[in-house]
Amino acid sequence: MPTVSVGRDRLFQALGRSYTQEEFEELCFDFGIELDDVTTEKEIIRKEKHLDAEEHVDDEDVIYKIEVAANRYDLLCFEGIARALRIFIGKEEIPLFKLRNIPYASMLQMHVTKVTKEIRPYVVCAVLRGVCFNTTNYNSFIDLQDKLHQNICRKRTLVAIGTHDLDTVQGPFSYEALKPEDITFVPLKQARSFRADELLEFYRSDLKLKKFLQIIENSPVYPVIYDSNRAVLSLPPIINSAHSAISLRTKNVLIECTATDLTKAKVVLNTMVTMFSEYCESKFEVEPVEVLYPDDRQTEDCTSEGDFKGKNIYPDLSVNTMDVSLSAIRGRIGITLGVEEVITLLNKMQLQAEEKSCGNSVITVHAPPTRNDILHPCDVMEDVAIAYGYNRIPKTKPTCMTIGGQQPLNVFSDAIRGEVSRAGYMEVLTWLLCSHEENFAMVKRRDDGNNAVIIANPRSSEFEVVRTSLMSGLLKTLKHNIDHRRPIKIFEVGDVVTLDWTFDVGAANNRRIGVLYCNVTSGFEEISGLVTRIMQVVQKNYYIRPSNEPDFFLDRQCHIIYNAKPIGIFGVIHPEVLEKFGIPDPCSFAEINIQALL
Amino acid sequence: MAEDSILGFLQNNDEIPDSHQFAAGTGIDHIELENIIKSLRGFEIVDAQEFQKDRWFLKDEGKTYAQEGSPEVQLFYAVPPEGISREELQKKVDPALFKIGSSWAIKKKWVEIGRQGVSRKVESVEDKIQLVLQKIENGEVVEEKDLIELKNRKLIEFRPLKGYSVKRGPKFISKRKKAATDLTREHIQRGDWKDLEFKEYNLSAQVQPIQIGSLHPLLKASFTFLLLFLTLSFEEMPTNNFVESSFWNFDALFQPQQHPARDSHDTFFLKVPSTARELPEDYVDRVKRVHEFGDYGSIGYRYKWKREEASKNLLRTHTTAVSARMLYRLAHEKSFSPKRYYSIDRVFRNEAVDRTHLAEFYQIEGLICDRGLTLGDLLGVLEDFFSRLGMTKLRFKPAYNPYTEPSLEIFSYHEGLKKWVEVGNSGMFRPEMLLPMGLPEDVAVIAWGLSLERPTMILYGIDNIRDLFGPKVDFNLIKNNPICRLAMQ
Repeated sequence: MPTVSVGRDRLFQALGRSYTQEEFEELCFDFGIELDDVTTEKEIIRKEKHLDAEEHVDDEDVIYKIEVAANRYDLLCFEGIARALRIFIGKEEIPLFKLRNIPYASMLQMHVTKVTKEIRPYVVCAVLRGVCFNTTNYNSFIDLQDKLHQNICRKRTLVAIGTHDLDTVQGPFSYEALKPEDITFVPLKQARSFRADELLEFYRSDLKLKKFLQIIENSPVYPVIYDSNRAVLSLPPIINSAHSAISLRTKNVLIECTATDLTKAKVVLNTMVTMFSEYCESKFEVEPVEVLYPDDRQTEDCTSEGDFKGKNIYPDLSVNTMDVSLSAIRGRIGITLGVEEVITLLNKMQLQAEEKSCGNSVITVHAPPTRNDILHPCDVMEDVAIAYGYNRIPKTKPTCMTIGGQQPLNVFSDAIRGEVSRAGYMEVLTWLLCSHEENFAMVKRRDDGNNAVIIANPRSSEFEVVRTSLMSGLLKTLKHNIDHRRPIKIFEVGDVVTLDWTFDVGAANNRRIGVLYCNVTSGFEEISGLVTRIMQVVQKNYYIRPSNEPDFFLDRQCHIIYNAKPIGIFGVIHPEVLEKFGIPDPCSFAEINIQALL
Repeated sequence: MAEDSILGFLQNNDEIPDSHQFAAGTGIDHIELENIIKSLRGFEIVDAQEFQKDRWFLKDEGKTYAQEGSPEVQLFYAVPPEGISREELQKKVDPALFKIGSSWAIKKKWVEIGRQGVSRKVESVEDKIQLVLQKIENGEVVEEKDLIELKNRKLIEFRPLKGYSVKRGPKFISKRKKAATDLTREHIQRGDWKDLEFKEYNLSAQVQPIQIGSLHPLLKASFTFLLLFLTLSFEEMPTNNFVESSFWNFDALFQPQQHPARDSHDTFFLKVPSTARELPEDYVDRVKRVHEFGDYGSIGYRYKWKREEASKNLLRTHTTAVSARMLYRLAHEKSFSPKRYYSIDRVFRNEAVDRTHLAEFYQIEGLICDRGLTLGDLLGVLEDFFSRLGMTKLRFKPAYNPYTEPSLEIFSYHEGLKKWVEVGNSGMFRPEMLLPMGLPEDVAVIAWGLSLERPTMILYGIDNIRDLFGPKVDFNLIKNNPICRLAMQ
C-alpha cells in the first residue's frame, strides 16, 4: 500500500476545519484510507541521518503519513486526498475536467517514428497553461511523479513521466528511437552534454537512476523526444534534459508519458493533469496534444467519432458511464435505499449519477477520469456501501444449508500425529524451503534433476529448493536444541514436494511423517518399535527389507514395503550426515509416506 | 543395633550423660551414635543436650603407636638377648623405626650400640607409652604426669570435642517404628501398610520432569480454527498442492499481469518445473478476454494479456488459488448448490523476513458461495466467526484487493493492547472472477482470510515468529505450551 505525506495544517485548512487526531483517524477509517504515522519534516530528516530524537519542538509542521489503496492513483498527492475528503464530507462539488477549446490548427503535435515500436511504443501528452507554482505545490507536483513511477508505472518500466517548461521548447515534437551514439544532450542537474551511451555509464553509480538503466540499456536504440529545433526534451525512461527543465517560475507545463502499456500511460497522464489543473489559470482545464503514429498504432486508441475522428488526442478525459440498477445495488449490499439516497452517496465518492429515466430505478453513473478504479458496476456498489458506512450496514446471516467436513488425508494425518505424540514424541514444524545443500549434499544424496522443485529467484540460499524429505528439517531443529535432555524424540507430519508430470503443474505434494530419536545409543530398536506401532494402528499389511541408502548407516536400515512398493525407510543415520549437521550423538530416523497408507 | 541400645539403656536409666563414654562402652562408632541421637531428637523420642569439652586426642603418629607399640619397645624386642650386629638390625626393622626407636632406647638406657654391635642393657621393658595412648584413645582419665612425654614427643594434641547428654523425650518409646517413604507392592502383599508409619511428603520439593509427547502450539491453534469451521458447517478444501500456476494463483482471480504481487520480489517462481503443462483452454480464453477487453459488464484492465505469464509456475502465494479451482469445479457441476468452504494451509512469499514475517506461513481462509449473498451477510458471518474466538468488538474498514469488491479489513478491539488491531481481510469476489468460471450470474461469494501465526503469537505472547515456527524453536516452548483456550469463551 502506498503512503503519502501531507502537511496536517494545510490539510485541515483545505477541509475547512481542524480535527483531533482521533477524529481524523475516524474520518480516514470511514473513507478507507489510514493514518499510518504522525511525524514532522525534521523528524524524518533525523531518522534518515540516524540522529537521536531531539526534544519535540512545537513550531515544527506536523506531517500526516496516509496509507491509500493501491488502485487509487488519484490519492497519491495532497491535492487528491484533500479534494476527495472535501467531496466526501460535502464541502466541494465534483470537479468537471475539460479540454481547452483551441483551434485544431494550433494544437501541439507529437510525431512518433516507426522504430519506437521496438523499445517503448506509446506516448501521450498534455499541456497545463498558466500554472501558478509555489514551493509547496511544486514539491507536491514532483512527489506525485515519484509516487506514480513507484506504483502504477512499475518503476518506470510501464510508463515514464517527463515534465517540461513549454516556453523553452518549440512544437511540433517528435518521439523517436535512435542509436545511443546519435543522441547528445545536457541532462537535468548536469552542466555538460553527454552522449546517451556515456550517460548510461555515468548513471551506473547514481543511486536513484541506476535501477532504471536496465529498461533500455540492452536495446540497440534508445527512446528520445525532440522539439522542432532538435533540442532534446527527455531520454525516457531515464532523465529529462536540463534545457526544458521546469522551475517555480514555469507557467506552461508540457507533460509527456512514454509507455509500454497505453492504458496505464493514459491513467498516469490523467492523474497528473486532473490533480494539477487545479492550479491552472482556468481551473480544471487542460490543453490537448495530438499524437501521430506512422503505423497501425494510429488506430489502436483513436477517437471513433466527432471532430477528432481517427485522431489520437490526449488527455482522454472522457468519463466512464455505466448503468446500474437500484435493485442490483441494494441486493449486493443488503440495504434498502432509494434512488435519491444512492445518488447522494455516489456524489460523496466523486461519482456523478442520475436516474436514467424517471421512475425506472436504473442509475446512470459517470466515473470521472480520476476514478480509473471503477471497472464494473460492483465498484459503484462498493462506493455506495463506503459512503453509507460499512459499520452501519445491518448484519445478516446466510441461510444456505451445507454440511461441514474435513479432507480425509488431513483427518488421517491428525490421527497419526495423535498416535505418535501419545508414544512420547514431540511435534515440531519446519519449513518447506531449504538450501540445495541441506536437501542433498548434507544428507549424502545427489540431485539427479528429476526429483526436486527448484526456486528460480531465491532471496537467499535458505530458499533454493522445496524439501523432498523431512530429514534435514528435523536434524536442523535437533541441532538448535542440542543441549536438551536425552533421549530427544521429535516428529513432524508434513508435505514434501516432488516433480510429477501427471499433474497439470508438473509437481505434487506428498504427505509424510518423519520421526527422529537421539540418545547416547542409536535407538534403532526404539524407531523400529515406533514404525511397528504406526503400521499396527493403520492396519496395513507390510514387511521390511534391508536397504542400502546413503543417508543411513550400513546394515542398520530397512525399507518399509507396502503393496510391493517402498513407502518408507527407517534406520540409524549415517555418522557423516550427523557430522554435517553438527550433532555429536547417534540418531535413528524413520520417514513414511502416509498418503500411501490412507 | 545402636538405636536399640540407646533406647534400651534409657528405658532403664534416666540419662546417658556423655555420648562418648557411651560409645566407648558399647563399642558403637560415635558418628553413627550422633546420627541416631539427632534422628530420635527430631521425632522427640529423646531429649539431647549438646555439650562441648576440651580433650586430648592422638595425632597420627600417636595412633600408630597406640596400635603397634612405641618405637623404642619395638626396637628393644628386635634385639635378641645375645645381641646383633648393627647391619643385621637395620635389615630387620623399618629405617624410620630404627632411627626413632634406637634414639629413644639409648636415651632410656635399654640398649647399647657399640663396635661389636647392638646389645640389650636390661632384660625386659614395659610399654607405658602405648598404654597411655590407648587410654587417651578410649577417653579414659590419664594422670597429668603421664602426659608430659607424649606432649613433648608431639604424639597428642588438645582439641574441643562435641558430645551429647541424652534423656527420655516426650514421645519416648522403647522401640521405634520405621517410617516408609513409598507404598510398594510388598507392603500390599504383606499387608503391613496398616502398621506402617509413612514419612511426611515434602510437597514443595521440585517435581521430577516426566517424559511426555506433545503437539506443536501452532497446530494446536490450527485445530481450534478447524473445529470452528466444522461447527459452522464448512467443508475443507484440498490444499495439498504448493506448486501452482500463475494462472490459478493470479489470472483466474482477475489480478492483472503487471500487478506488483506478481513481481519476483514478492513471489517464488520456479526454475523446475518452470511452467504448467496444461491450463483449461476455454476458461483461459474467457479470462484473457475479461483482462484485455472486459466482459460481463466490466471494462477490463485493457492491456495485452500474455499466456507465457499465466503458465509460469510458482509456490502459491495464497490459498485463494485453491478456492478458485474449487469454484471452477463447482461451476461445472450439473446443478448449482451452495457451499461453505475453508482451508488452513501453507502459503509462500518471497519477501524480506523479520520478527513477524517468514517466507512461509499458514493462511486461514473461509468462503461461502450462494445465490444472492450480500455485504450484510459477510459482516454477519464475520461477526459469527470472530465472536467465537472472543473478538466481540469488530469494525470494518474499506480496503482494496484486486479480486474482491467490496473489500474490507477487519479490526478487533484488543482489551489488553487497548487499541484496534487488524485481524483479517475479506470481501466479495468480483464478477470478473466468478463469471468466466461459468457460475450463475446471481451467485455471489463472500470470503475472508487471516494468518494463523498472528493470533497464535498474540495468544501466547510470542514476539519473534522464529521462536514459534521453524528449526530454531525451543523444545521447552513446545513442551510447556498450555492448551489452546481460543474459542473457549
